[in-house]
Amino acid sequence: MAMKTTGQALSLRGLSKTFIEKKTGKELEVLDSIDLEIEPGSLTCLVGPSGCGKTTLLRLIGGLEMPTAGEVLFEGTPVTGPGPERGMVFQEYALFPWRTVLKNVSFGLDIEGMPGVEARRRAESYLETVGLTGHEDLYPRELSGGMKQRVAIARTLAVEPRILLMDEPFASLDAQTRNGMQEFLVELWQRTGTTVVFVTHSVDEAVFLGGDIVGLSRRPARVVDTFTNSMEYPRGRTEPEFIALRARILEYLTREMSDA
Amino acid sequence: MNKWKIVPPLVALALWELLAGLGWLGKTPTPVQAVRGIYELIATGLPPGYHLQGHLLASLARVFSGFAVAFVIAVPLGILMGAWPLASVIVDPLVEAIRPIPPLAWAPLALIWFGLGLASAAFIVFLGAFFPILLNTVSGVKSVDPHLVEAARTLGARKRTILGRVLVPGSMPSIIIGMRIGMGIAWMTLIAAELIGVKNGYGLGYMIMTARDLARYDLLVAGMVVIGVVGFLIDWLIRLGEKRLLRWR
Repeated sequence: MAMKTTGQALSLRGLSKTFIEKKTGKELEVLDSIDLEIEPGSLTCLVGPSGCGKTTLLRLIGGLEMPTAGEVLFEGTPVTGPGPERGMVFQEYALFPWRTVLKNVSFGLDIEGMPGVEARRRAESYLETVGLTGHEDLYPRELSGGMKQRVAIARTLAVEPRILLMDEPFASLDAQTRNGMQEFLVELWQRTGTTVVFVTHSVDEAVFLGGDIVGLSRRPARVVDTFTNSMEYPRGRTEPEFIALRARILEYLTREMSDA
Repeated sequence: MNKWKIVPPLVALALWELLAGLGWLGKTPTPVQAVRGIYELIATGLPPGYHLQGHLLASLARVFSGFAVAFVIAVPLGILMGAWPLASVIVDPLVEAIRPIPPLAWAPLALIWFGLGLASAAFIVFLGAFFPILLNTVSGVKSVDPHLVEAARTLGARKRTILGRVLVPGSMPSIIIGMRIGMGIAWMTLIAAELIGVKNGYGLGYMIMTARDLARYDLLVAGMVVIGVVGFLIDWLIRLGEKRLLRWR
Protein backbone atom coordinates (compact mmCIF):
# COMPACT_ATOMS: atom_id res chain seq x y z
CA MET A 1 0.00 0.00 0.00
CA ALA A 2 1.38 3.36 -0.98
CA MET A 3 1.41 5.77 1.90
CA LYS A 4 1.18 9.47 1.46
CA THR A 5 3.06 11.41 4.07
CA THR A 6 1.47 14.78 3.57
CA GLY A 7 -1.98 16.16 3.02
CA GLN A 8 -3.79 13.55 5.08
CA ALA A 9 -6.06 14.54 7.91
CA LEU A 10 -5.25 11.35 9.70
CA SER A 11 -2.73 8.56 9.24
CA LEU A 12 -2.74 5.41 11.31
CA ARG A 13 0.51 3.50 11.00
CA GLY A 14 0.88 -0.03 12.28
CA LEU A 15 -1.44 0.82 15.10
CA SER A 16 -1.69 -1.92 17.73
CA LYS A 17 -3.28 -1.97 21.14
CA THR A 18 -3.08 -4.63 23.81
CA PHE A 19 -4.88 -4.25 27.11
CA ILE A 20 -3.63 -5.98 30.22
CA GLU A 21 -6.34 -7.02 32.61
CA LYS A 22 -5.52 -5.68 36.04
CA LYS A 23 -6.76 -8.65 38.07
CA THR A 24 -5.55 -11.59 36.05
CA GLY A 25 -2.66 -10.00 34.20
CA LYS A 26 -4.05 -11.54 31.03
CA GLU A 27 -3.31 -9.78 27.77
CA LEU A 28 -6.11 -8.80 25.43
CA GLU A 29 -5.02 -7.92 21.92
CA VAL A 30 -7.58 -5.50 20.52
CA LEU A 31 -5.96 -3.89 17.49
CA ASP A 32 -3.42 -5.55 15.24
CA SER A 33 -1.29 -3.17 13.16
CA ILE A 34 -3.94 -1.01 11.58
CA ASP A 35 -2.92 1.14 8.63
CA LEU A 36 -5.38 3.75 7.49
CA GLU A 37 -5.33 7.10 5.70
CA ILE A 38 -8.15 9.57 6.07
CA GLU A 39 -8.45 12.49 3.71
CA PRO A 40 -9.43 15.97 4.82
CA GLY A 41 -13.14 16.63 4.42
CA SER A 42 -14.03 12.96 4.07
CA LEU A 43 -16.76 11.12 5.92
CA THR A 44 -15.44 7.68 6.83
CA CYS A 45 -17.34 4.94 8.61
CA LEU A 46 -15.69 2.16 10.58
CA VAL A 47 -17.68 -1.06 10.75
CA GLY A 48 -16.91 -4.46 12.17
CA PRO A 49 -18.23 -7.29 14.33
CA SER A 50 -19.33 -6.11 17.77
CA GLY A 51 -16.55 -6.06 20.29
CA CYS A 52 -13.92 -5.97 17.55
CA GLY A 53 -12.18 -2.84 18.78
CA LYS A 54 -13.79 -0.08 16.70
CA THR A 55 -14.31 2.06 19.76
CA THR A 56 -10.75 1.50 20.93
CA LEU A 57 -9.52 2.60 17.52
CA LEU A 58 -11.49 5.82 17.78
CA ARG A 59 -10.28 6.41 21.33
CA LEU A 60 -6.70 6.08 20.14
CA ILE A 61 -7.34 8.74 17.50
CA GLY A 62 -8.98 10.90 20.15
CA GLY A 63 -5.96 10.45 22.38
CA LEU A 64 -7.95 8.91 25.23
CA GLU A 65 -5.86 5.73 24.90
CA MET A 66 -2.22 5.31 23.94
CA PRO A 67 -1.17 2.69 21.38
CA THR A 68 0.96 -0.29 22.33
CA ALA A 69 2.73 -0.03 18.96
CA GLY A 70 2.50 2.19 15.90
CA GLU A 71 1.27 5.74 15.83
CA VAL A 72 -1.59 8.07 15.05
CA LEU A 73 -0.61 11.08 12.97
CA PHE A 74 -3.07 13.94 12.98
CA GLU A 75 -2.16 16.35 10.17
CA GLY A 76 1.30 14.86 10.29
CA THR A 77 1.81 15.27 14.05
CA PRO A 78 1.78 12.30 16.44
CA VAL A 79 -1.16 12.24 18.83
CA THR A 80 -0.07 12.19 22.46
CA GLY A 81 -3.34 12.99 24.21
CA PRO A 82 -6.78 14.45 23.74
CA GLY A 83 -7.18 17.91 22.25
CA PRO A 84 -9.97 20.20 21.09
CA GLU A 85 -8.80 19.95 17.46
CA ARG A 86 -10.07 16.35 17.54
CA GLY A 87 -13.65 16.56 18.73
CA MET A 88 -15.34 13.46 20.10
CA VAL A 89 -19.01 12.58 20.29
CA PHE A 90 -19.91 9.70 22.58
CA GLN A 91 -22.72 7.20 22.42
CA GLU A 92 -23.65 8.17 25.99
CA TYR A 93 -23.92 11.90 25.07
CA ALA A 94 -21.80 12.75 28.15
CA LEU A 95 -23.55 16.07 28.73
CA PHE A 96 -22.84 17.83 32.01
CA PRO A 97 -26.17 17.42 33.82
CA TRP A 98 -25.62 20.50 36.02
CA ARG A 99 -25.12 22.79 33.03
CA THR A 100 -27.90 24.15 30.89
CA VAL A 101 -27.96 23.38 27.18
CA LEU A 102 -26.25 26.69 26.42
CA LYS A 103 -23.64 26.18 29.15
CA ASN A 104 -22.92 22.68 27.88
CA VAL A 105 -22.26 24.01 24.41
CA SER A 106 -20.04 26.79 25.70
CA PHE A 107 -18.02 24.50 28.02
CA GLY A 108 -14.99 24.27 25.76
CA LEU A 109 -15.09 28.03 25.18
CA ASP A 110 -15.49 28.85 28.88
CA ILE A 111 -12.47 26.79 29.89
CA GLU A 112 -10.26 28.31 27.23
CA GLY A 113 -11.12 31.69 28.75
CA MET A 114 -13.28 33.15 26.02
CA PRO A 115 -15.21 36.17 27.35
CA GLY A 116 -18.73 35.28 28.42
CA VAL A 117 -20.59 37.36 25.86
CA GLU A 118 -18.59 35.98 22.96
CA ALA A 119 -18.84 32.39 24.24
CA ARG A 120 -22.58 32.81 24.57
CA ARG A 121 -22.93 34.15 21.05
CA ARG A 122 -20.87 31.35 19.62
CA ALA A 123 -22.76 28.70 21.60
CA GLU A 124 -26.04 30.17 20.39
CA SER A 125 -24.89 30.02 16.81
CA TYR A 126 -23.95 26.33 17.14
CA LEU A 127 -27.25 25.59 18.82
CA GLU A 128 -28.85 27.12 15.77
CA THR A 129 -26.68 24.86 13.59
CA VAL A 130 -28.10 21.78 15.30
CA GLY A 131 -31.63 23.21 15.29
CA LEU A 132 -32.02 23.73 19.02
CA THR A 133 -32.57 27.47 19.22
CA GLY A 134 -35.02 28.19 22.04
CA HIS A 135 -33.78 25.35 24.25
CA GLU A 136 -30.81 27.26 25.73
CA ASP A 137 -31.96 27.25 29.33
CA LEU A 138 -33.11 23.65 29.62
CA TYR A 139 -31.14 21.08 31.56
CA PRO A 140 -30.08 17.82 29.86
CA ARG A 141 -32.59 15.73 31.84
CA GLU A 142 -35.36 17.70 30.13
CA LEU A 143 -34.24 16.65 26.63
CA SER A 144 -34.98 13.61 24.50
CA GLY A 145 -32.13 11.35 23.39
CA GLY A 146 -31.92 12.90 19.94
CA MET A 147 -31.85 16.41 21.38
CA LYS A 148 -29.16 15.43 23.86
CA GLN A 149 -26.98 14.14 21.05
CA ARG A 150 -27.53 17.35 19.08
CA VAL A 151 -26.37 19.32 22.10
CA ALA A 152 -23.32 17.08 22.41
CA ILE A 153 -22.54 17.62 18.72
CA ALA A 154 -22.96 21.39 19.10
CA ARG A 155 -20.68 21.33 22.15
CA THR A 156 -18.01 19.54 20.14
CA LEU A 157 -18.44 21.79 17.10
CA ALA A 158 -18.24 24.93 19.24
CA VAL A 159 -14.50 24.48 19.83
CA GLU A 160 -14.16 24.18 16.04
CA PRO A 161 -12.38 20.84 15.76
CA ARG A 162 -10.71 19.93 12.50
CA ILE A 163 -11.93 16.36 12.77
CA LEU A 164 -15.07 14.93 14.31
CA LEU A 165 -14.78 11.48 15.92
CA MET A 166 -18.14 9.88 16.51
CA ASP A 167 -18.50 6.69 18.53
CA GLU A 168 -21.82 5.05 17.70
CA PRO A 169 -23.49 8.36 18.48
CA PHE A 170 -26.96 7.32 17.36
CA ALA A 171 -26.94 3.76 18.73
CA SER A 172 -29.23 4.44 21.67
CA LEU A 173 -31.83 6.39 19.68
CA ASP A 174 -35.06 4.93 18.35
CA ALA A 175 -35.10 4.05 14.64
CA GLN A 176 -37.03 7.12 13.52
CA THR A 177 -34.91 9.63 15.43
CA ARG A 178 -31.86 7.77 14.28
CA ASN A 179 -32.68 8.19 10.58
CA GLY A 180 -33.35 11.86 11.20
CA MET A 181 -30.01 12.28 12.93
CA GLN A 182 -28.21 10.56 10.05
CA GLU A 183 -29.75 12.98 7.57
CA PHE A 184 -28.85 15.83 9.89
CA LEU A 185 -25.23 14.66 10.08
CA VAL A 186 -24.86 14.43 6.30
CA GLU A 187 -26.25 17.90 5.93
CA LEU A 188 -24.02 19.24 8.69
CA TRP A 189 -20.96 17.59 7.20
CA GLN A 190 -21.72 19.03 3.76
CA ARG A 191 -22.21 22.46 5.25
CA THR A 192 -19.11 22.53 7.47
CA GLY A 193 -16.73 20.37 5.47
CA THR A 194 -15.29 18.92 8.68
CA THR A 195 -13.55 15.56 8.42
CA VAL A 196 -15.70 12.92 10.12
CA VAL A 197 -14.77 9.45 11.37
CA PHE A 198 -17.87 7.57 12.37
CA VAL A 199 -17.92 4.25 14.21
CA THR A 200 -21.06 2.16 13.87
CA HIS A 201 -22.18 -1.43 14.09
CA SER A 202 -25.04 -0.70 11.71
CA VAL A 203 -24.27 -1.49 8.08
CA ASP A 204 -27.30 0.48 6.99
CA GLU A 205 -26.00 3.55 8.82
CA ALA A 206 -22.51 3.12 7.34
CA VAL A 207 -23.85 2.89 3.78
CA PHE A 208 -26.11 5.88 4.31
CA LEU A 209 -23.29 8.05 5.66
CA GLY A 210 -19.92 6.85 4.52
CA GLY A 211 -17.85 7.92 1.56
CA ASP A 212 -15.40 5.28 2.62
CA ILE A 213 -16.54 2.36 4.71
CA VAL A 214 -13.67 0.59 6.44
CA GLY A 215 -14.42 -3.01 7.38
CA LEU A 216 -12.55 -4.38 10.36
CA SER A 217 -11.98 -7.99 11.30
CA ARG A 218 -12.90 -9.73 14.50
CA ARG A 219 -10.69 -8.96 17.48
CA PRO A 220 -7.81 -8.30 17.22
CA ALA A 221 -9.04 -5.89 14.57
CA ARG A 222 -7.26 -5.53 11.24
CA VAL A 223 -8.48 -3.66 8.19
CA VAL A 224 -10.14 -6.28 6.01
CA ASP A 225 -11.50 -4.15 3.22
CA THR A 226 -12.40 -0.59 2.35
CA PHE A 227 -15.67 -0.09 0.48
CA THR A 228 -16.09 3.12 -1.46
CA ASN A 229 -19.56 4.53 -1.73
CA SER A 230 -19.83 7.16 -4.45
CA MET A 231 -23.61 7.53 -4.28
CA GLU A 232 -24.93 11.10 -4.19
CA TYR A 233 -26.30 12.51 -0.95
CA PRO A 234 -28.99 12.32 0.28
CA ARG A 235 -29.00 8.59 -0.34
CA GLY A 236 -32.12 6.54 -0.82
CA ARG A 237 -32.09 3.43 1.30
CA THR A 238 -34.14 1.53 -1.25
CA GLU A 239 -32.00 2.32 -4.31
CA PRO A 240 -30.42 -0.74 -5.95
CA GLU A 241 -26.92 0.66 -5.49
CA PHE A 242 -27.54 1.14 -1.76
CA ILE A 243 -28.91 -2.36 -1.36
CA ALA A 244 -26.10 -3.91 -3.38
CA LEU A 245 -23.38 -2.24 -1.32
CA ARG A 246 -25.13 -3.14 1.91
CA ALA A 247 -25.24 -6.76 0.75
CA ARG A 248 -21.51 -6.76 -0.01
CA ILE A 249 -20.66 -5.37 3.41
CA LEU A 250 -23.01 -7.77 5.16
CA GLU A 251 -21.35 -10.60 3.29
CA TYR A 252 -17.93 -9.61 4.60
CA LEU A 253 -19.33 -9.19 8.14
CA THR A 254 -20.99 -12.59 8.07
CA ARG A 255 -17.74 -14.11 6.87
CA GLU A 256 -15.84 -12.38 9.64
CA MET A 257 -18.19 -13.57 12.31
CA SER A 258 -18.36 -17.16 11.16
CA ASP A 259 -14.61 -17.72 10.56
CA ALA A 260 -13.36 -19.82 13.40
CA MET B 1 -54.39 10.42 51.49
CA ASN B 2 -51.66 12.81 52.57
CA LYS B 3 -53.74 14.70 55.09
CA TRP B 4 -54.26 11.48 57.08
CA LYS B 5 -50.55 11.54 57.92
CA ILE B 6 -51.38 13.93 60.74
CA VAL B 7 -53.67 11.40 62.47
CA PRO B 8 -51.19 8.95 64.11
CA PRO B 9 -49.15 11.70 65.83
CA LEU B 10 -52.36 13.34 67.04
CA VAL B 11 -53.60 10.03 68.45
CA ALA B 12 -50.24 9.51 70.16
CA LEU B 13 -50.36 13.00 71.65
CA ALA B 14 -53.91 12.50 72.90
CA LEU B 15 -52.97 9.17 74.43
CA TRP B 16 -49.96 10.76 76.10
CA GLU B 17 -52.10 13.63 77.44
CA LEU B 18 -54.58 11.13 78.81
CA LEU B 19 -52.10 8.75 80.45
CA ALA B 20 -49.89 11.52 81.88
CA GLY B 21 -52.98 13.40 83.07
CA LEU B 22 -54.12 10.27 84.98
CA GLY B 23 -50.66 10.14 86.53
CA TRP B 24 -49.90 6.71 84.99
CA LEU B 25 -46.55 7.85 83.53
CA GLY B 26 -44.90 8.81 86.78
CA LYS B 27 -43.38 12.25 86.70
CA THR B 28 -43.72 12.64 82.95
CA PRO B 29 -45.53 15.91 82.16
CA THR B 30 -48.45 16.12 79.76
CA PRO B 31 -47.94 17.65 76.29
CA VAL B 32 -49.87 20.72 77.38
CA GLN B 33 -47.54 21.19 80.34
CA ALA B 34 -44.55 20.79 78.05
CA VAL B 35 -45.81 23.46 75.67
CA ARG B 36 -46.42 25.77 78.61
CA GLY B 37 -42.85 24.93 79.62
CA ILE B 38 -41.56 26.30 76.33
CA TYR B 39 -43.24 29.60 77.14
CA GLU B 40 -41.67 29.63 80.59
CA LEU B 41 -38.24 28.87 79.09
CA ILE B 42 -38.59 31.92 76.84
CA ALA B 43 -40.15 34.27 79.40
CA THR B 44 -38.41 33.35 82.63
CA GLY B 45 -35.50 31.19 81.57
CA LEU B 46 -33.86 28.21 83.24
CA PRO B 47 -32.26 28.85 85.63
CA PRO B 48 -34.24 32.10 85.84
CA GLY B 49 -32.48 34.77 83.82
CA TYR B 50 -30.97 32.22 81.44
CA HIS B 51 -33.50 32.48 78.63
CA LEU B 52 -34.15 29.92 75.91
CA GLN B 53 -32.84 32.33 73.27
CA GLY B 54 -29.47 32.39 75.01
CA HIS B 55 -29.32 28.59 75.25
CA LEU B 56 -30.28 28.26 71.61
CA LEU B 57 -27.72 30.80 70.43
CA ALA B 58 -24.94 29.16 72.43
CA SER B 59 -25.74 25.72 71.01
CA LEU B 60 -26.01 27.03 67.45
CA ALA B 61 -22.68 28.87 67.77
CA ARG B 62 -20.99 25.65 68.91
CA VAL B 63 -22.56 23.44 66.29
CA PHE B 64 -21.95 25.83 63.39
CA SER B 65 -18.34 26.59 64.28
CA GLY B 66 -17.50 22.89 64.58
CA PHE B 67 -19.46 22.08 61.44
CA ALA B 68 -17.86 24.90 59.45
CA VAL B 69 -14.35 23.68 60.24
CA ALA B 70 -15.35 20.11 59.37
CA PHE B 71 -16.84 21.25 56.06
CA VAL B 72 -13.87 23.40 55.08
CA ILE B 73 -11.42 20.55 55.68
CA ALA B 74 -13.51 17.52 54.66
CA VAL B 75 -14.71 18.73 51.24
CA PRO B 76 -11.32 19.64 49.70
CA LEU B 77 -9.69 16.59 51.29
CA GLY B 78 -12.50 14.36 50.02
CA ILE B 79 -12.19 15.75 46.51
CA LEU B 80 -8.45 15.19 46.58
CA MET B 81 -8.91 11.62 47.84
CA GLY B 82 -11.59 10.86 45.27
CA ALA B 83 -9.60 12.27 42.37
CA TRP B 84 -6.15 11.12 43.32
CA PRO B 85 -5.75 7.48 44.43
CA LEU B 86 -2.44 8.18 46.19
CA ALA B 87 -4.13 10.66 48.53
CA SER B 88 -6.64 7.97 49.41
CA VAL B 89 -3.88 5.47 50.10
CA ILE B 90 -2.20 7.91 52.48
CA VAL B 91 -5.26 9.23 54.29
CA ASP B 92 -7.53 6.15 54.39
CA PRO B 93 -5.73 4.25 57.18
CA LEU B 94 -5.73 7.38 59.34
CA VAL B 95 -9.42 7.94 58.72
CA GLU B 96 -10.30 4.34 59.44
CA ALA B 97 -8.28 4.42 62.67
CA ILE B 98 -9.99 7.54 64.04
CA ARG B 99 -13.51 7.12 62.69
CA PRO B 100 -14.64 4.28 65.02
CA ILE B 101 -13.88 6.39 68.13
CA PRO B 102 -17.17 8.07 69.12
CA PRO B 103 -16.74 11.87 69.17
CA LEU B 104 -17.81 12.00 72.83
CA ALA B 105 -14.94 9.70 73.78
CA TRP B 106 -12.71 12.63 72.84
CA ALA B 107 -14.38 14.87 75.41
CA PRO B 108 -11.86 14.36 78.24
CA LEU B 109 -8.96 14.89 75.88
CA ALA B 110 -10.67 17.95 74.38
CA LEU B 111 -11.00 19.40 77.88
CA ILE B 112 -7.27 18.92 78.44
CA TRP B 113 -6.40 20.48 75.09
CA PHE B 114 -8.88 23.33 74.88
CA GLY B 115 -10.32 23.70 78.38
CA LEU B 116 -14.04 24.03 79.01
CA GLY B 117 -15.45 26.37 76.38
CA LEU B 118 -16.45 26.90 72.78
CA ALA B 119 -13.31 25.30 71.34
CA SER B 120 -13.87 22.02 73.16
CA ALA B 121 -17.48 21.76 72.08
CA ALA B 122 -16.66 22.78 68.52
CA PHE B 123 -13.92 20.17 68.40
CA ILE B 124 -16.31 17.39 69.42
CA VAL B 125 -18.87 18.63 66.89
CA PHE B 126 -16.13 18.72 64.29
CA LEU B 127 -15.37 15.05 64.88
CA GLY B 128 -19.04 14.18 64.52
CA ALA B 129 -19.52 16.08 61.26
CA PHE B 130 -16.16 15.47 59.62
CA PHE B 131 -16.35 11.82 58.61
CA PRO B 132 -19.79 11.76 56.99
CA ILE B 133 -18.85 14.80 54.90
CA LEU B 134 -15.47 13.35 53.97
CA LEU B 135 -16.73 9.89 53.02
CA ASN B 136 -19.66 11.21 51.02
CA THR B 137 -17.43 13.64 49.16
CA VAL B 138 -14.99 10.85 48.26
CA SER B 139 -17.78 8.61 47.02
CA GLY B 140 -19.33 11.55 45.17
CA VAL B 141 -16.15 12.22 43.24
CA LYS B 142 -15.71 8.54 42.48
CA SER B 143 -19.26 8.27 41.19
CA VAL B 144 -18.88 11.03 38.61
CA ASP B 145 -19.48 9.47 35.18
CA PRO B 146 -16.02 8.87 33.62
CA HIS B 147 -17.50 9.83 30.25
CA LEU B 148 -17.91 13.37 31.54
CA VAL B 149 -14.23 13.52 32.39
CA GLU B 150 -13.33 12.19 28.95
CA ALA B 151 -15.67 14.63 27.24
CA ALA B 152 -14.05 17.48 29.16
CA ARG B 153 -10.58 16.28 28.17
CA THR B 154 -11.49 16.15 24.49
CA LEU B 155 -12.83 19.68 24.81
CA GLY B 156 -9.44 20.86 26.00
CA ALA B 157 -9.76 20.61 29.80
CA ARG B 158 -6.65 20.00 31.88
CA LYS B 159 -6.48 18.42 35.33
CA ARG B 160 -7.36 21.49 37.37
CA THR B 161 -10.22 22.43 35.11
CA ILE B 162 -11.58 18.88 35.33
CA LEU B 163 -11.38 19.07 39.11
CA GLY B 164 -13.16 22.40 39.35
CA ARG B 165 -15.62 22.14 36.48
CA VAL B 166 -16.46 18.45 36.39
CA LEU B 167 -15.59 16.60 39.60
CA VAL B 168 -16.73 19.27 42.06
CA PRO B 169 -20.13 20.02 40.50
CA GLY B 170 -20.60 16.32 39.74
CA SER B 171 -20.12 15.37 43.39
CA MET B 172 -22.32 18.15 44.78
CA PRO B 173 -25.37 15.92 45.38
CA SER B 174 -23.24 13.55 47.40
CA ILE B 175 -21.52 16.38 49.29
CA ILE B 176 -24.90 17.74 50.33
CA ILE B 177 -25.97 14.30 51.56
CA GLY B 178 -22.76 14.25 53.61
CA MET B 179 -23.64 17.69 54.99
CA ARG B 180 -27.07 16.55 56.05
CA ILE B 181 -25.79 13.41 57.76
CA GLY B 182 -22.88 15.33 59.26
CA MET B 183 -25.13 18.06 60.60
CA GLY B 184 -27.48 15.50 62.14
CA ILE B 185 -24.61 13.79 63.93
CA ALA B 186 -23.10 17.15 64.90
CA TRP B 187 -26.33 18.25 66.54
CA MET B 188 -26.71 14.98 68.46
CA THR B 189 -23.10 15.07 69.53
CA LEU B 190 -23.30 18.66 70.70
CA ILE B 191 -26.35 18.15 72.90
CA ALA B 192 -24.68 15.11 74.47
CA ALA B 193 -21.48 17.10 74.98
CA GLU B 194 -23.40 19.87 76.70
CA LEU B 195 -24.83 17.34 79.14
CA ILE B 196 -21.29 16.91 80.44
CA GLY B 197 -20.93 20.58 81.16
CA VAL B 198 -20.51 24.06 79.75
CA LYS B 199 -18.61 27.03 81.06
CA ASN B 200 -20.94 29.95 80.51
CA GLY B 201 -24.15 28.32 81.72
CA TYR B 202 -25.75 28.36 78.26
CA GLY B 203 -26.62 25.49 75.92
CA LEU B 204 -29.75 23.44 75.19
CA GLY B 205 -28.20 20.21 76.48
CA TYR B 206 -27.08 21.98 79.61
CA MET B 207 -30.54 23.48 79.97
CA ILE B 208 -32.31 20.12 80.06
CA MET B 209 -29.77 18.82 82.58
CA THR B 210 -30.60 21.81 84.76
CA ALA B 211 -34.30 20.98 84.41
CA ARG B 212 -33.56 17.47 85.63
CA ASP B 213 -31.53 18.73 88.57
CA LEU B 214 -34.41 21.02 89.58
CA ALA B 215 -36.94 18.23 89.03
CA ARG B 216 -38.76 20.44 86.49
CA TYR B 217 -39.84 17.65 84.16
CA ASP B 218 -42.17 19.93 82.19
CA LEU B 219 -39.20 22.12 81.29
CA LEU B 220 -37.09 19.03 80.57
CA VAL B 221 -39.57 17.76 77.98
CA ALA B 222 -40.08 21.31 76.66
CA GLY B 223 -36.31 21.50 76.08
CA MET B 224 -36.32 18.15 74.28
CA VAL B 225 -39.05 19.41 71.97
CA VAL B 226 -37.02 22.52 71.19
CA ILE B 227 -33.92 20.43 70.46
CA GLY B 228 -35.93 18.25 68.08
CA VAL B 229 -37.54 21.16 66.29
CA VAL B 230 -34.22 22.99 65.85
CA GLY B 231 -32.57 19.84 64.47
CA PHE B 232 -35.45 19.46 62.04
CA LEU B 233 -35.24 23.11 60.95
CA ILE B 234 -31.51 22.91 60.28
CA ASP B 235 -32.03 19.86 58.07
CA TRP B 236 -34.90 21.63 56.34
CA LEU B 237 -32.63 24.60 55.62
CA ILE B 238 -30.00 22.34 54.06
CA ARG B 239 -32.66 20.64 51.96
CA LEU B 240 -33.90 24.04 50.84
CA GLY B 241 -30.36 24.97 49.80
CA GLU B 242 -30.08 21.63 48.02
CA LYS B 243 -33.19 22.32 45.98
CA ARG B 244 -31.84 25.70 44.93
CA LEU B 245 -28.36 24.45 44.18
CA LEU B 246 -29.33 21.23 42.43
CA ARG B 247 -32.15 22.47 40.25
CA TRP B 248 -30.63 20.46 37.43
CA ARG B 249 -31.54 17.11 38.98
